[in-house]
Amino acid sequence: MTRELQAPADPGIRIRTELRPAEPAAASAAIGIELRDVNLSYGDNHVLHDISMDVDEKRVTALIGPSGCGKSTLLRCLNRMNDLIESARTTGSVKIKGQDIYGPGTDVIAVRRRVGMVFQKSNPFPKSIFDNVVYGLRIGGVRDRTALEAAAEKSLSLAALWDEVKDRLQASALSLSGGQQQRLCIARAIAVEPEILLMDEPCSALDPIATLKIEELIYSLKERYTIVIVTHNLQQAARVSDKTAFFWLGRLVEYGVTSDMFTNPREKLTEDYITGRFG
Amino acid sequence: MTRTAVARDGSLFRLGLGVAALAVVALVLGIAFVLVDGSLLSLRAFGFSFWRTQVWDPVARRFGALPFIWGTLYSSFLALLLAAPVALGIAVFLSELSPRLLRQPLTFLTELLAAFPSIVYGLWGMFVLVPVVRKLEVATPGWMRHVPLFSGPPLGVGMLAAALVLAVMVVPFTAAVAREVLKAVPGAQREAAYALGATRWEAIRMALFYGRTGIIGAVMLGLGRALGETMAVTMVIGNNPQVSPSIFAPQYTMASVIANEFTEAADPLHLHALVEIGLVLFLLTIVINALSRLLLWRVGKKEEAPAVPAAAAPVAA
Ligand SMILES: Nc1ncnc2c1ncn2[C@@H]1O[C@H](COP(=O)(O)OP(=O)(O)OP(=O)(O)O)[C@@H](O)[C@H]1O
Ligand SMILES: [Mg+2]
Repeated sequence: MTRELQAPADPGIRIRTELRPAEPAAASAAIGIELRDVNLSYGDNHVLHDISMDVDEKRVTALIGPSGCGKSTLLRCLNRMNDLIESARTTGSVKIKGQDIYGPGTDVIAVRRRVGMVFQKSNPFPKSIFDNVVYGLRIGGVRDRTALEAAAEKSLSLAALWDEVKDRLQASALSLSGGQQQRLCIARAIAVEPEILLMDEPCSALDPIATLKIEELIYSLKERYTIVIVTHNLQQAARVSDKTAFFWLGRLVEYGVTSDMFTNPREKLTEDYITGRFG
Repeated sequence: MTRTAVARDGSLFRLGLGVAALAVVALVLGIAFVLVDGSLLSLRAFGFSFWRTQVWDPVARRFGALPFIWGTLYSSFLALLLAAPVALGIAVFLSELSPRLLRQPLTFLTELLAAFPSIVYGLWGMFVLVPVVRKLEVATPGWMRHVPLFSGPPLGVGMLAAALVLAVMVVPFTAAVAREVLKAVPGAQREAAYALGATRWEAIRMALFYGRTGIIGAVMLGLGRALGETMAVTMVIGNNPQVSPSIFAPQYTMASVIANEFTEAADPLHLHALVEIGLVLFLLTIVINALSRLLLWRVGKKEEAPAVPAAAAPVAA
């Protein structure tokens, strides 16, 4: 694909982004994840092409783009989830705090504990709410009951679920509503205290109210975590993210501060996409 | 009503299905009736003592089913003890660990093994397994032979050989079902575990936990097969009616005694006693089936686990 560098025709009509004040400090954030020349193919299918970008630390970065452009694939590169797919081949480097997670001798399990993930469809284990939240800690070797209870309360509170479930921690996680289950999965992910939180369309299966809750949650979590979120909902990207990256056919077309991108995209393709002319 | 109207509201179809469902009930009742009717003489002569008498003497016309009940339950239990871990291991290997190239042929082989007629296993048991078991028994040190579990002469044929043959027969069967269960576990469950830093083993444990009702069902199916198995067991168990804890002792099962003596039972009482053993086997199967249903139901209820699309626990004897 050749990039067209022409200015957008009418930069006036754009999706409103300023539901919350823009982050003035966005420019000064440290680098949380550094991707360099990331390429990935599934067998002969070359899906990601030369992705290089710096993800800000303790900010929300949204990945947008039409279906099949490789957003999920890129997200799954960040915690080496693609290792589970036999045909996937990844090259390039992904550095978290200076450490290349694709470097030789990397402890993949340690990487995944530093980089939490929330999936499109909530996927709680068929166990109690409590057992779900502390699963990551348990397999990490924490046995002390009081430590586990403290961690469960803390992460459920952070996930804005504590008040709803504190009286029934031993109930099955599957008895929760869809939105609650998704917040439980977020609580489960943050219980192991990762540095980075990856979210792949976390609200796509939820109603508007549950979506709003999760968005508020994301907004509050960015104080502690570097968040990368994939979304098809451009309003959502505009609402929750500080920076947005637009992908097209496996290439990074445009990456910048969200409010700039939605009001004044540099690339014709980006403009077409966010004004709904394709995708 | 016109024909098309009947066809459209599906009442004919429903009627057909209803008849088929009723036929199943009628079949079960019919079997029960035939079994009771065929064993009346024995039922009248021995009553409930039939269940706990150890003697089986056609000449003296004294009949008790206890050795056969014991032999069937003991051999099935031992077989399950041996087979379940192996079958689970095979299922886990096939669905989670095996390199892709090996997966297809190995799956095909397990399913092929499950399809062999039992007489083939019986022959294999007689000519291969029994001599090996005999060597094992001869090699057993003297002090061990004082333990009731290992007492008795080293014959080769006996409980151990039967349990082993049964285990070999049950393994492919249980493994095939358990593999299906594991295949039905959503990838999202494993991914959730991996994303939290699980090792491969921990992710597998999570998949097993998710599919636990189906796994129990697979084991119960194996038990059903072991309970009713006739030919192969008859060929290696030694056919000696006795209640013994020894795995070296020749014993007898319900299915085997029916198969062995049915054609030669000239005495009506003998014949009726054999049919009553069939009745006992029938009832036992129902009880075990009900128990495994109960177990599945309780496990399923406790966690409100999503149903795993796999075999529940029909025990077919
Ligand atoms: N496990 C896989 N094996 C082979 N190819 C895959 C696999 N997963 C994704 N792909 C391919 O990689 C490409 C990118 O897929 P990906 O899921 O990353 O897209 P996406 O941007 O997340 O799309 P969507 O918005 O629909 O979720 C697609 O062409 C898809 O067919
Ligand atoms: Mg996707």
